[in-house]
Amino acid sequence: MFERIAAVMVKEVRQLARDRLTFGMIVGIPLMQMLLFGYAINFDVRNLRAAVVDDAGTSLSRAYVAALEASGVVGFAAPSAGVPQLRQRMQAGEISVGVHIPPDFERRVLERSRPAAQLLVDGSEPMVDSVARGLAAVPVPRRDGVYDRAAPVLELRTEYNPERRTAVQIVPALIGVILNMTMVIFTAAAIVRERERGNLELLITTPIRSAELMAGKLLPYVGIGLVQVTLVLTVGSALFDVPVNGSLLDLYLAALLFIAATLTLGLVISTFARTQFQAFQLAFFTMLPSILLSGFMFPFDGMPEAARWLAQVLPLTHFNDLVRGIVLRAAPLGDLGRPALKLLVFLLVALAIATLRFRKRLD
Amino acid sequence: MNGEAAIVATGLTRRFGRLTAVDAVDLAIPRAGIYGFLGPNGSGKSTTIRMLCGLLEPSAGSVRVLGHEVPRDAEQLRRRLGYMTQRFSLWDDLTVSENLEFMARIFGLGRDQRRRRIAELAAEYDLDGVMRQRAGTMSGGQRQRLALAAATLHRPELLLLDEPTSAVDPQSRRDFWESLFRLVGAGTTILVSTHYMDEAERCHRLAILAEGRLVAEGAPRRLMQDIPAAVVEIEADDTAAARAALHDDGRVRSIAQLGTRLHALLDPDTPEPGAHVARRLAHAGVVAQVHEVAASLEDVFVAATGFRHGPLEPATRH
Repeated sequence: MFERIAAVMVKEVRQLARDRLTFGMIVGIPLMQMLLFGYAINFDVRNLRAAVVDDAGTSLSRAYVAALEASGVVGFAAPSAGVPQLRQRMQAGEISVGVHIPPDFERRVLERSRPAAQLLVDGSEPMVDSVARGLAAVPVPRRDGVYDRAAPVLELRTEYNPERRTAVQIVPALIGVILNMTMVIFTAAAIVRERERGNLELLITTPIRSAELMAGKLLPYVGIGLVQVTLVLTVGSALFDVPVNGSLLDLYLAALLFIAATLTLGLVISTFARTQFQAFQLAFFTMLPSILLSGFMFPFDGMPEAARWLAQVLPLTHFNDLVRGIVLRAAPLGDLGRPALKLLVFLLVALAIATLRFRKRLD
Repeated sequence: MNGEAAIVATGLTRRFGRLTAVDAVDLAIPRAGIYGFLGPNGSGKSTTIRMLCGLLEPSAGSVRVLGHEVPRDAEQLRRRLGYMTQRFSLWDDLTVSENLEFMARIFGLGRDQRRRRIAELAAEYDLDGVMRQRAGTMSGGQRQRLALAAATLHRPELLLLDEPTSAVDPQSRRDFWESLFRLVGAGTTILVSTHYMDEAERCHRLAILAEGRLVAEGAPRRLMQDIPAAVVEIEADDTAAARAALHDDGRVRSIAQLGTRLHALLDPDTPEPGAHVARRLAHAGVVAQVHEVAASLEDVFVAATGFRHGPLEPATRH
């Protein structure tokens, strides 16, 4: 049995090594997505177009505006006459951030009971909000013993989008997106290709069992998946300073579980698709809801209930929970029992479907 | 004799939706011989072979292969059966030796056994020079030899070949058949499907299939002797006129063109068929030479398939 599985594995790896396009995509997809998403995140900390309404007009308010500009996050255009004009310019897309300094700015700074000024943020652009929160932490310039206020000066109000998202969440979650894409597409295509080219017709008449054939074809992809995880973590750390706060072992264990689940999904797809093209279509059909509903790009809590139920069926949702827990919140895998269990259930159900559907026969 | 047969099928039927691809076929294929399936494309040859090796489930009927019920016990047969698909089904992106190595491992040959057997087959099928070449870059003849080598790695008792020579040149076809006779000499039973008459004539026994039905069965020589028709050969300059002259003759069941000659198949109880045809042609003013000849396999094929489905029907039967 192991002899036959090994034979299939050797064959798969040989074919994979010769298929330069597939091989390139295994490394290329993670790199491309890392660069795309990674730099999109970095982009938002620089030079957001901003305008100020300074109703106070004091030396302190001017010093404060200068401090904001010195942070490099915003670049101020011509000031506006009032808050309505500020909003108008934002609506027109001219600015992304507006700062309103009220006439009683100095008193508010001293009193500390109320926010001293207001920041208007364009929530229609996904990343602006989180950046602006960093802006809110910029302190008022100190003036010997008087204005040593440590608390944030600004009150943050995000318009058009009440959700708050942190950008760092994207990179760890990319592990799941990349694995999902590669595992599902390449396994489904690899299996369907053999059917399409007639190899399967020959294999069926040999002593190899379906389970051995599947194991031999899928196991190389487990290795590929782990390589991709390592690639994303390394590039994430080197280029984007994304830390791994939790245990690496836990992370790889979670990744293994997810790889198994997505490989099985690819297997299920391969039993439905007749051609490689159909396999690609079906794979993309599962990819889109995964990306949109798993909480990778949009906050899970903001979704309608039906979408949340649908998201429960997607393995990426649970893996995102796991990976954000481990990488960012440093949670041990043992404390993440619920998403891990859900992933396991998905794996078992998909495996049952694939086994029932994959027959060692042509019809 | 049935106990001795390699393959016994009774009432074998396969339907795809509303199409009946194989219709109540009975077979008894003897051991250690070459048994041919002759028929046009779509006559059910491939479907029958696929049912015999357990690739497809019959809609009705039963099959016993080497004493095993198929498809129920198909798995027990795997090691005793070799199958060559119609299309080249080995891996284009693997080399010849990698392909053979892989198939040998799948069939459970040990390391030493594998090396010996692959060397043997490389010599037998003239693959020594291309062992490191990828299968996808080889000629049709080379690929076919590789496929046969892969199918015989495990020394199967029964070899099923589905149109093995459809993509190779005449010289390769001849060599291929030499290989088949060597295998039969060693005791292998071979079932081969073809649409070439010359190949069919080399088989020990033959089944002619048309539209999923078995329409004739027997040794090729026997089939030619026992053809249920009188064969008349016509040599005429104007074959179209000769055809037209015989077209509505009640005794002429079919006319087929072989080069410049025509073969007319007449009712077997026609008295003096040659004279009958000559009279008809003379009456129509067609200049021709007419001989009564022995049936060729092509005539057998036409008699078996063309009578019921040929273009002359029903015009010749009023």
